Amino acid sequence: MSTLAPAISKNSIVLALFAIACTSTVGLVHLLTKDRIEMQAQQQLIEQLNEIIHIDSHDNEMFRDCMAAPKDSNSDLLVDVIYRARFNNKPIAAAIKTVAPDGYNGNIELLIAIKADGSVSGVRTLRHKETPGLGDKIELRKSDWIENFSGKKIINDNDKRWAVKKDGGMFDQFTGATITPRAVVKTVRKTINYFKANQESIFTTASNCGAKE
Amino acid sequence: MKINPEYKELAWQGLWKNNPGLVQLLGLCPLLAMTSTVVNALGLGIATLFVLICSNTTVSAIREWVPKEIRIPIFVLIIAAFVTCVELLMNAFTFDLYQSLGIFLPLIVTNCAIIGRAEAYASKNPVKQASFDGLMMGLGFLAVLVVLGGIREILGQGTLFDRADLLLGPWASQLKIQVYQLDSQFLLAILPPGAFIAMGFLIAGKNAIDHKAAQAKPKKLEQAIERVRVNFES
Repeated sequence: MSTLAPAISKNSIVLALFAIACTSTVGLVHLLTKDRIEMQAQQQLIEQLNEIIHIDSHDNEMFRDCMAAPKDSNSDLLVDVIYRARFNNKPIAAAIKTVAPDGYNGNIELLIAIKADGSVSGVRTLRHKETPGLGDKIELRKSDWIENFSGKKIINDNDKRWAVKKDGGMFDQFTGATITPRAVVKTVRKTINYFKANQESIFTTASNCGAKE
Repeated sequence: MKINPEYKELAWQGLWKNNPGLVQLLGLCPLLAMTSTVVNALGLGIATLFVLICSNTTVSAIREWVPKEIRIPIFVLIIAAFVTCVELLMNAFTFDLYQSLGIFLPLIVTNCAIIGRAEAYASKNPVKQASFDGLMMGLGFLAVLVVLGGIREILGQGTLFDRADLLLGPWASQLKIQVYQLDSQFLLAILPPGAFIAMGFLIAGKNAIDHKAAQAKPKKLEQAIERVRVNFES
């Protein structure tokens, strides 16, 4: 026992010193890169927003004008954050971050922009785990399928066109993958309905999510 | 200037004879998961190379002060610290690539090739040799990654260097080579099973080359080896 004690204390001190040294190195690098990482994430968001809502159509900084999505008991849509586009303070469009929970391989994160008149301004896939080569055609760099949504509207509650062609709708499915586009179409449709039902509060709520000033 | 035979041996070991990807078969998880395209493979390979050099150098530099009993936790600490730094730096400077390599960057920590080199070589040898060993082992691993990535990308997508701009900046987007046009991707090559199969062929190819080289050597030597082997087995 007494012969072990010095070895144990020596080893623990050495280990502690190394832990401190390593942690401070990581801490230092974190400090140095923190701002740039945040800027990169913001830059990406701005680019995505500009892709689906035309840059000249609004004069506010969309990524700063955002809100946590209001709750809607009539909709089971999973909404996250909403970014608003305005021109002279008049509502132009909203970009809604949402999730299609029923992809072939789990969640598909989408950013859906809807104009104030209820038509789709643009849709982008933010993140997904769909099968490469089949379901991943929802990515713009693989296929321009996702552009099909642009300009589309829901005419009435029973609009049959909002489905993939296999189900009698107007959107193509992919060869070998029907579940993925079906999930996306369904979620875009739900998002439009959600937007219409909550349009008032979406554009009047003050910006409340943590974009840096 | 003559090349030190010790360095020559280190290079030979790292690049071919004891290649971490083909012979030691260490770090298979990132190797198989991330080699769906050349660019991903290159990104992960460079990150691994960097971590390997840094960890080998550091481990070798501190080898006098590290008590034998706690060397493994210390090596893990050092490697984890370097990987985290690389991850932060890639997040800051190559954001898109960071997103496509995603969860596989932290996995470099668990890449046994790195701790294997720290334990087997760097902790017993001077800094210069250790960092050179890190460089060579890293290059060997990188080469396997890139070859595997190339095979899978050509078979799977019919391209080479697709999305090179992720790694090298906007000018590199013209680097993409369309080898042939595919209507739909060859799924097997892109998914992990394709990586296993291609990896098997790579290892087989290496063994075949080694076998040829051994046969080309003088007969006398071969006989001597054979006798030794028989003695071992009996």
